[in-house]
Amino acid sequence: MPFGNTHNQMKMNYSAEQEYPDLSKHNNHMAKVLTPAIYDRLRSKQTPSGFTLDDVIQTGVDNPGHPFIMTVGCVAGDEETYEVFKELLDPVIEDRHGGYKPSDKHKTDLNPDNLKGGDDLDPNYVLSSRVRTGRSIRGFCLPPHCSRGERRMVEKLSNEALDSLTGDLKGKYYALKNMTDAEQQQLIDDHFLFDKPVSPLLLASGMARDWPDARGIWHNDNKTFLVWVNEEDHLRVISMQKGGNMKEVFNRFCTGLTKIESLFKEKGHEFMWNEHLGYVLTCPSNLGTGLRAGVHMKLPNMSKHAKFEEVLKRLRLQKRGTGGVDTAAVGGVFDISNADRLGFSEVELVQMVVDGVKLLTEMEKRLEKGQSIDDLIPAQK
Amino acid sequence: MTKNCHNDYKMKFSVDEEYPDLSKHNNHMAKVLTKEIYGKLRGKSTPSGFTLDDVIQTGVDNPGHPFIMTVGCVAGDEESYEVFKDLLDPIISDRHGGYKPTDKHKTDLNFENLKGGDDLDPNYVLSSRVRTGRSIKGFTLPPHNSRGERRGIEKLSIEALSSLDGEFKGKYYPLNGMTDAEQEQLIADHFLFDKPVSPLLTCSGMARDWPDGRGIWHNDNKTFLVWVNEEDHLRVISMQKGGNMKEVFRRFCVGLQKIEEIFKKHNHGFMWNEHLGYILTCPSNLGTGLRGGVHVKLPKLSTHPKFEEILTRLRLQKRGTGGVDTASVGGVFDISNADRLGSSEVEQVQLVVDGVKLMVEMEKKLEKGESIDGMIPAQK
Repeated sequence: MPFGNTHNQMKMNYSAEQEYPDLSKHNNHMAKVLTPAIYDRLRSKQTPSGFTLDDVIQTGVDNPGHPFIMTVGCVAGDEETYEVFKELLDPVIEDRHGGYKPSDKHKTDLNPDNLKGGDDLDPNYVLSSRVRTGRSIRGFCLPPHCSRGERRMVEKLSNEALDSLTGDLKGKYYALKNMTDAEQQQLIDDHFLFDKPVSPLLLASGMARDWPDARGIWHNDNKTFLVWVNEEDHLRVISMQKGGNMKEVFNRFCTGLTKIESLFKEKGHEFMWNEHLGYVLTCPSNLGTGLRAGVHMKLPNMSKHAKFEEVLKRLRLQKRGTGGVDTAAVGGVFDISNADRLGFSEVELVQMVVDGVKLLTEMEKRLEKGQSIDDLIPAQK
Repeated sequence: MTKNCHNDYKMKFSVDEEYPDLSKHNNHMAKVLTKEIYGKLRGKSTPSGFTLDDVIQTGVDNPGHPFIMTVGCVAGDEESYEVFKDLLDPIISDRHGGYKPTDKHKTDLNFENLKGGDDLDPNYVLSSRVRTGRSIKGFTLPPHNSRGERRGIEKLSIEALSSLDGEFKGKYYPLNGMTDAEQEQLIADHFLFDKPVSPLLTCSGMARDWPDGRGIWHNDNKTFLVWVNEEDHLRVISMQKGGNMKEVFRRFCVGLQKIEEIFKKHNHGFMWNEHLGYILTCPSNLGTGLRGGVHVKLPKLSTHPKFEEILTRLRLQKRGTGGVDTASVGGVFDISNADRLGSSEVEQVQLVVDGVKLMVEMEKKLEKGESIDGMIPAQK
């Protein structure tokens, strides 16, 4: 991969027009925003670590679109990407995150006490609850751009931090490259194991280089708190359990995350964060909280109702299949989660999920009894 | 020479910290690379900014292949072979039968020097084909080139090919503007190449911006075909049904030389030097870059215990009819020259012509239940 700015200088021998990508068949956020004028102004720039405009947009050029989802089509290679290429990324962020302006401030709230309710989602409908986010370690390049040395250092620092967790959070790290067959099978059975990405959306960004070097999975003994190291982001932190006690899941999430952050700080490393973009991650879609809180729930009746999509939209929720972001639902079971990431705090987003799921359950019960749900349709949140 | 930021940035980490884990790897790069070589070369980059990690990325990402010993590294430009010679010379030696850094390569595209080859038995030899690659001087190679460069190559190629006439008169089909009807026809003719799916290729970066700047040109007779901007700047193919390899090679040489003339007029000759011959993206294709082969029916010979041995001695290799990493179907094999570097085009096609003739004789003998022991050749 030509991650070099030397080649970037060489490309200046060609006009902006000669270098401008053909986006005529494209439908992603990058393609909607990029223009020859923006390309011209940004193409000679690079971040201090050498990430260029072409590096930012390569995945969007290589992947014109996706049938189910509006893809972002660009990635950050380091923290500075969002500053150096703001002329492209600010409009992408605005389009993706509901009109979020370059002057807006993002609120972080990881105090689980601020969540109201959420411990009583009906387990007859809510099968499991999960909260995930990502974190980037300041001072290192991001997965599309990092070298093996950097990636291994991220792994080393992560291990040191995770090893010192205690109590409910005490656990173990499993490096992808020297997992035993037994360990691998167990992690698959627990639905914890992540594999080398196959999606061209991810591969085209360069994040799968050197796989499986320095990639791994850490989880606590109770199997309710899980950290992915060096997959799409430096860290992906996941709290999950069966049933509908989202409050407990969020509690553990906040406690664990805050503990990990202070362990990193003790060693002189912070997470990438700023008051405009919140937590800085590889994909612009995950800025802000980077948080996706969701449940797997049975909605066989509700999902067939004419107003299902409308209700979700008003609740600021989205549906996915239980296999993840680009899958379809099976057997009336849906993954329901917050649609927003940036411009709302963690507590606010989880609150929306808790309140929204409660309402959807009510609606499902009504429809089961053949009753109307018209009076339950919510206003736009 | 401008410095390469991220490469310099990586120097903060020690060789040990950056050195790839090759413990599960079996490719030419993994056999040759050491921490010492890595330490020596990692601070360098070519004038266009190609670095050691760029060279080896595909070999790091792809530990090995069940059928073939992969090379595991690529060039990003002509200078890669010079700047990274400490790594690439031993790989070239290992891959090309001991070819030394001081050896000289012979180019011979005079088809009249080929003896025979017009009478391979069409009852056995179903088709004949010769292909090679060419890189255009002054542009970086597919793992590294920008859209502007790739389009520049396409433009020059179209100009050159459009000026061909007679038996070479033809048409260019850009991948990006093909009609459905054109696409159907190209598939039916077995001409169409598609976006690479093999991670061996995609990990090197050569599929970026697909299908921009890529296309297929062929003559009206459908016997001379050029791929633009696939794994190399140009892949040139001469082919036809039956066993007249002489004719295939004649057309190959004549067409190739006409094309080279036109590129030279535009001050963009082909990348070539007297040590490595024609410079291509993959070190395995240096020298002639030539693979001359036939699809031939060898149901009996292919099950003979000495089949592999015979091929080795004839300096030939077998493949399935689907290409480099496929298996044969119905006793039909793709038989071609194994060598690329250190022997000329004429010499390599001669090996194919002579070798295939012999194998067809052997097949006929085995059909009659006779022994072929007296025909086993010496090592060429």
